[in-house]
Amino acid sequence: MAKLKIALYWAASCGGCEIATLAIHEKILKLAEVADIVFWPVGMDFKYADVEKMADKSVDVCLFNGAIRNEENEHMAHLLRAKSKIMIAYGSCAYEGCIPGLSNFYDRQLTFDRVYIETPSTENPKKIFPQTKVKVPEGELEIPEFYDTVKTLAQTVDVDYFVPGCPPEEKTTWLALEALIEGKLPPKGTVISHSVKALCEECPRTREEKKIKKFYRPYEIIPDPEKCLLEQGLLCYGVATRGGCDALCPQANMPCTGCYGPVEGVVDQGAHFLSALSSIIDSNDPEEIQRIIDDIPDPAGTFYRYSLPDSLLRRARIK
Amino acid sequence: MDNFEPKIVAFCCNWCSYAGADLAGTSRMQYSPNIRIIRVMCSGRVNPLFVLKALSIGADGVLVLGCHPGDCHYIEGNYKTLRRIPLLKKMLKQLGVEEERVRLEWISASEGAKFAEVTNSFTQDIKNLGPSSSGHLKQSSKEVKHG
Ligand code: SF4
Ligand code: SF4
Ligand code: SF4
Ligand code: FES
Repeated sequence: MAKLKIALYWAASCGGCEIATLAIHEKILKLAEVADIVFWPVGMDFKYADVEKMADKSVDVCLFNGAIRNEENEHMAHLLRAKSKIMIAYGSCAYEGCIPGLSNFYDRQLTFDRVYIETPSTENPKKIFPQTKVKVPEGELEIPEFYDTVKTLAQTVDVDYFVPGCPPEEKTTWLALEALIEGKLPPKGTVISHSVKALCEECPRTREEKKIKKFYRPYEIIPDPEKCLLEQGLLCYGVATRGGCDALCPQANMPCTGCYGPVEGVVDQGAHFLSALSSIIDSNDPEEIQRIIDDIPDPAGTFYRYSLPDSLLRRARIK
Repeated sequence: MDNFEPKIVAFCCNWCSYAGADLAGTSRMQYSPNIRIIRVMCSGRVNPLFVLKALSIGADGVLVLGCHPGDCHYIEGNYKTLRRIPLLKKMLKQLGVEEERVRLEWISASEGAKFAEVTNSFTQDIKNLGPSSSGHLKQSSKEVKHG
């Protein structure tokens, strides 16, 4: 059998997903037996021009991590889509926008103001911002345009599969790679994980259907190691998050923050969590309810930590 | 802005508020034509998702109307709503959607006049606020150039 041709790319990402693809440990030898890497900017010296020269659909699989936040990300998404038979949104950034997507609370100018003017270590009295084109003695230089809104990969090109996680766990990555190697592909659009149900189902903590009067931030309490974290007042996202990571964070006494994305069939992860959270508030009194809600300092940032670009509203409205 | 006719979605629970709306109609009370009523079995059925969906496809305001506390046909449904809506509003504010665009009110089956009054005053509030921009739509990638 001919070897699989694999391309790897990172768009607006932190690099964590690149490491996660390598974190399959010794299984990487198995991968090397059956696959050739034809493009991988982080690890090998290919140029974009090399990709442009490839025939359409000549790459078997593209593992694409990172969100779409500028013109270069968008260009590469289209190029790799054209060259690849299977396009995989790998990791939360490509799948839902993730941490880079939090800049959808702002727009380009607000982001630039923060980065190029307001940060304490910046001195920029002439208020110089990046320009797409600039003339220098040697000629004109061009850099990609920075967009107002971060998009997911699927909002940009057609995507075949999604691998959840920030970054995906080793076993999740291998589940996807194994399916590719063995040619046993799930239906198009599948989010590849060991579970379609909520994370709570695989969490070893005990739940008692307890309601609560106060929310805490993780540094405020030392939680009981056996009991459900949400029922102790921590914003544990397990109810609204797809399982598949073996409840890593709750097992380490930290609340889940939701990185495996929504449970199968849920359109808006933040709305789902908001709904679940309101059900465990133990009060029918409007004033007390308001006080309990005041314990949550940043609901939008918490509920959409990984999925703002993929949410129904996609971004904040800026006046 | 004078000609602005807002689109308003009102989720009415079957047992009280929808009956209240019906009474307003059969009593020939005048109420704002900007209201589009969606009947749900209980205000507790109004998942925050419904409100977000309405806003994302162009609603300028959303009313959630249920039975008075203690009167819910399903006993607890409206208490669920009572806890959800303030959290939803707090979140929406961070997303640049004014809190006033979402309002929760209790309307019983006999309160046709209250239905008319609530819908009229809400419509006026939304008129004063102006249209709700569909934030993400105008922000698509290529439209805004570097300044
Ligand atoms: S999904 Fe997480 S680990 Fe992967 S690139 Fe994005 S931020 Fe980094
Ligand atoms: S809410 Fe968190 S701690 Fe509680 S069962 Fe679910 S995943 Fe475990
Ligand atoms: S517990 Fe939650 S945040 Fe932690 S790895 Fe699993 S899905 Fe991600
Ligand atoms: S039936 Fe009216 S609010 Fe529940």
